[in-house]
Amino acid sequence: MADIEAPEGVIHDIGFRHYDGVRLGRGWIVRSLLVETFRGVFGLGRPAKAKIMPWILIGILFAPPLVFALIAVLLGLDALPLSYTAFPQALSLIVSLFVASRAPYCVSRDLRHGVMPLYLSRPMRRNDYVFAKFAGLALSVFAILAAAETLLFVGALLAKLAVGAQITGYLQGLVVSVLYALVLTSIGLVIAAFTPRRGLGVVAIITVLAVVAGIASVASQLLIYHGSATLGNYVGALDPYGLVDGIAVLWFGVDSAFGRDMALGATGGIAFTAAAIGIVAGGIGLLMRRYKKVGVV
Amino acid sequence: MPAIATQGLTRTFGPVTALSQLTVEMPAGVVGLVGANGAGKSTLIKILLGLLPPTSGTATILGMNCLTDGLRIREIVGYMPESECLPPDVSATEFIVHMARMSGLPTNIARERTADTLRHVGLYEERYRPIGGYSTGMRQRVKLAQALVHDPQLVLLDEPTNGLDPAGRDDMLGLIRRVSTDFGISVVVTSHLLGELERIADHVVSIESGVLQHSTSTAAATEFSGSVLVEVTERGAEVVERLRALGAQVATGAQPNAFAVEVPDEGVLDDVRGVVVDLDVGLVRMQRGRHHLSEMFLTTGEAVHG
Repeated sequence: MADIEAPEGVIHDIGFRHYDGVRLGRGWIVRSLLVETFRGVFGLGRPAKAKIMPWILIGILFAPPLVFALIAVLLGLDALPLSYTAFPQALSLIVSLFVASRAPYCVSRDLRHGVMPLYLSRPMRRNDYVFAKFAGLALSVFAILAAAETLLFVGALLAKLAVGAQITGYLQGLVVSVLYALVLTSIGLVIAAFTPRRGLGVVAIITVLAVVAGIASVASQLLIYHGSATLGNYVGALDPYGLVDGIAVLWFGVDSAFGRDMALGATGGIAFTAAAIGIVAGGIGLLMRRYKKVGVV
Repeated sequence: MPAIATQGLTRTFGPVTALSQLTVEMPAGVVGLVGANGAGKSTLIKILLGLLPPTSGTATILGMNCLTDGLRIREIVGYMPESECLPPDVSATEFIVHMARMSGLPTNIARERTADTLRHVGLYEERYRPIGGYSTGMRQRVKLAQALVHDPQLVLLDEPTNGLDPAGRDDMLGLIRRVSTDFGISVVVTSHLLGELERIADHVVSIESGVLQHSTSTAAATEFSGSVLVEVTERGAEVVERLRALGAQVATGAQPNAFAVEVPDEGVLDDVRGVVVDLDVGLVRMQRGRHHLSEMFLTTGEAVHG
């Protein structure tokens, strides 16, 4: 900006300037809010304190791909020690922590500090806000998973593994990352939107994800051990990680990250996919309902 | 064309009636909306912003229908809520740029206007620090800035002086006056303090329990009354006695040497002069009295002379 200064060094008050240029519509507003959410998740444009948590988790998430690549190079393996589709599940604790710490950041802040009336008094609709926040968080979760998958892929290429198989695996990994991003965002945002206190939201999300995962895993193993393999595999999908893993197994024919032998066929593929769609649609629906009343008297 | 017009506007929340048959027109300029807490001011603002559909009746703002044109209205109307509404972990600059984009401004223009607007509301170096460390006065300025940054044609300010100390209150009132006179933006400002509105508003609307009480221009409400304020240096009681003996209507107040004299005709003024000269006391002032807005709210029985 070219500030014109008088010789005395006084900045002249040029008065209030009116704006009669273009006013962009809802599309631009949603995009801007999405970008702001995405940047906020990674602490960009925030004090240093807000950057610590996400970047530590990202650092932890990026370490295994580097180690795996190193192992593959040193030992001369002909495949990665961990498949692309199994990778997010292997680091589920870190991924869950990321979602649990970032989802409340996306929504609780505006609810807690009463920012919603400011959004509502602008040329956008309530659901635009919900959509932008959802997409912003989902994109961030996808971004960290996809980045980790890419590191795996680059490592595999450096280790001179068969390129064709690696490309297939990488693409499958990206699809799985999309599914994880959507499912985990749905669960995380709904819980966060109902717990306006940020700390509480973090605890609630991590508890739900960990407890569900634990229960599903134990119940599934017991059922499989006692001969009800089919039921056991379905129960295992109560855990979001089990669900997405099941979809990967049934669609792509990859090995289960849980080491489950899933022979559920097309029915299982459809059931698991429907469940994932249900979680995402249900999550968005609940969010829309949650925001229906916000900011109105 | 009035800036805001409502016709039989009613809004109920279950058994509670927030607004009842409100028909009122507010002109451009500064309009003061006065009423106790829960009088329906905030409900009216939310209907005007197109965020709350009325139970019945219509409302238009800048000629647009509040029921159907919500998006277009919110493009050219600014709103400053009464409640705390600022995230603590971002700087004022960062936040206002974001809010400008949320109003549909492109990023580079949002940046330019943010710097301008923050300067106009009186935030300088501190605008780069996180809002969490701001004083109440600075927060109110940020709240006002987010309502102005997209250059609206009208702003709705809900209790902008809430929580401010007297000096901060004066600053804010001056700023609001400037928004109208210097920036050319119409203002609707709510308050439960009539004295504040009297100072800055061109027009005052009062509602109580959702019912319209008064709608009047401030000039009309504070026009000259038919009395004159007289203050003498000493022996006020004697002066009053003499005037009453001459048949003048005199109202005395708390101060013994100041009183109000009804002026049905110019002759009374001569009487005042004559009495003062006779008693050889000093005449400090003779001033035509003005009505005060607060008189609107008093029943005739309690009416006092200003």
